[in-house]
Amino acid sequence: MSGQHSDLRELYQEVIFDHNRHPRNFHAMPDASHTADGHNPLCGDQLTVYARIQDGVVQEASFVGHGCAISTASASLMTEAVKGQSIADVEALFKDMHAMLTEAHPEERDFGKLEVLSGVREFPARVKCATLAWHTLHNAITQARDTARTE
Amino acid sequence: MNAPTSLTAYTPLMDRSADFPILARPVKGRRLVYLDNGATTQKPASVIRAESRYYEESNANIHRGVHWLSQHSTDLYEQGRERVRSFLNAARSEEIVFTRGTTESINLVAGSWGRSVLKEGDEILVTGMEHHSNIVPWQLLCQQTGAVLRVVPVLENGELDLPAYRSLLTPRTRLVGVAHVSNALGTVNPVADMVRLAHEVGAKVLVDGAQAVAHQVVDVQALDCDFYAFSAHKLYGPTGMGALYARYDILKDMPPWQGGGDMIHTVSFERSTYADVPQRFEAGTPNMAGVVAMDAAIQYVQDIGLAHIAAYEHELLDSATEQVSALPGVRIIGTAAQKAGILSFVVEGIHPHDLGTILDTEGVAIRAGHHCAMPLMTRFGIPGTARASFALYNTQDDITALVAGLRKAQKLFGTGQ
Repeated sequence: MSGQHSDLRELYQEVIFDHNRHPRNFHAMPDASHTADGHNPLCGDQLTVYARIQDGVVQEASFVGHGCAISTASASLMTEAVKGQSIADVEALFKDMHAMLTEAHPEERDFGKLEVLSGVREFPARVKCATLAWHTLHNAITQARDTARTE
Repeated sequence: MNAPTSLTAYTPLMDRSADFPILARPVKGRRLVYLDNGATTQKPASVIRAESRYYEESNANIHRGVHWLSQHSTDLYEQGRERVRSFLNAARSEEIVFTRGTTESINLVAGSWGRSVLKEGDEILVTGMEHHSNIVPWQLLCQQTGAVLRVVPVLENGELDLPAYRSLLTPRTRLVGVAHVSNALGTVNPVADMVRLAHEVGAKVLVDGAQAVAHQVVDVQALDCDFYAFSAHKLYGPTGMGALYARYDILKDMPPWQGGGDMIHTVSFERSTYADVPQRFEAGTPNMAGVVAMDAAIQYVQDIGLAHIAAYEHELLDSATEQVSALPGVRIIGTAAQKAGILSFVVEGIHPHDLGTILDTEGVAIRAGHHCAMPLMTRFGIPGTARASFALYNTQDDITALVAGLRKAQKLFGTGQ
């Protein structure tokens, strides 16, 4: 099997398919304390991220919207990963995820389940699909008013 | 022109790898299957050569030097204008303005004709299948003048709702903007009929020909349109180059759009007077090499014959439509009776972007997304489509590769059983 095909398997791992087919925390959150919209104008991916934050800790995170398998799985995995984390930890994770998805040699860190997204690095055209949810959550937490644009 | 009837999609129109050097290069270790021609076409060797030869043998600024080389360059430039005139069958070469492409051509009409003519309460009528470049310039114009933008609805099969078009045409309609061929659906719109109806209420018509000129014979006098815009790069020519056809009796009264050198008659600090058309709309040193290369591109399609190209691509499109729609879970978006060169579709359970990535690993280049036609995607209730778009160098093998790639994507995603 050629290199491209193993790359493709790296990108589309089973966990990605699972979260694409059955996204976790895929619902609106009427009692959210923080929310933001994200939009990737290039491909039309659109999502809204919700978080209920109490005493500086994310009690719950959810999202709605539509996008490709990478963007949906990334959002789904994110809502699971940030639950129970402090805002400082979530912001550090956002930074590290961004580095993991965009840099050739990111710093070593145990990403746990999120590691499945690392295959995106080999597909530069798809990096923005994976980062959209994270930028949107970052905006929600920092209460930036603009729609997140993955930049 | 030879009769195109005997031609089938199994008969190549030309020597693929000799005429199009890029098609010989592998992509990701595989044969390049280029099906993104709606975005831009590849360039024949004759076009690439014409551009480099211009710089090697003919380069000098036009319309201003007394020296031989300047006159030579000017001759080539004006020869290019005559080529475009004959290509569109315009009545006179003064009706051809060189621009950077379709987008700039439309902005020129909006900025010059539109701003000088439109008043509050006037209406601009566009269709629901327009590219953003035939929507946004008119929206800007509406904001500047108080005119109102109206939209012709699109039917489920991707054709225009013509009864609705008729009822939207009123004496308030000043301009109709319509794509000759839809870039997202492939629909060929009945432009000649639409022009006739628009003229009955006194409206002008601008036709966006970006997706038409490479795929069928275009005759602006037969269409009777007032403006026709196209880009060279979707016609086997260079990027950053295009043209606007504008009917002479309209163009001659249009005010300048961009100011600068070459578009003036006299300049003083009190008052400047402007050049005749078309120079009035070609401020600054133009893309001379681009004109020469566009000339070569038009010559290339004229040598093969647009009727031939149309017949050949029609066979390809029919074959691709049949094979792709036979796959489980595939829905073709745009099933108009008259189509050209474009196959847009969605695959159940697989987002167009994922399709694009998987096909890319097979060397198959398609476009995935909203195709700069977001209102149209909203109308169909989809975020985007996968689009295969054809050119004269595509073959049955390319379609086979497309279908194999789609099967592979369905296997990977566990759909399509």
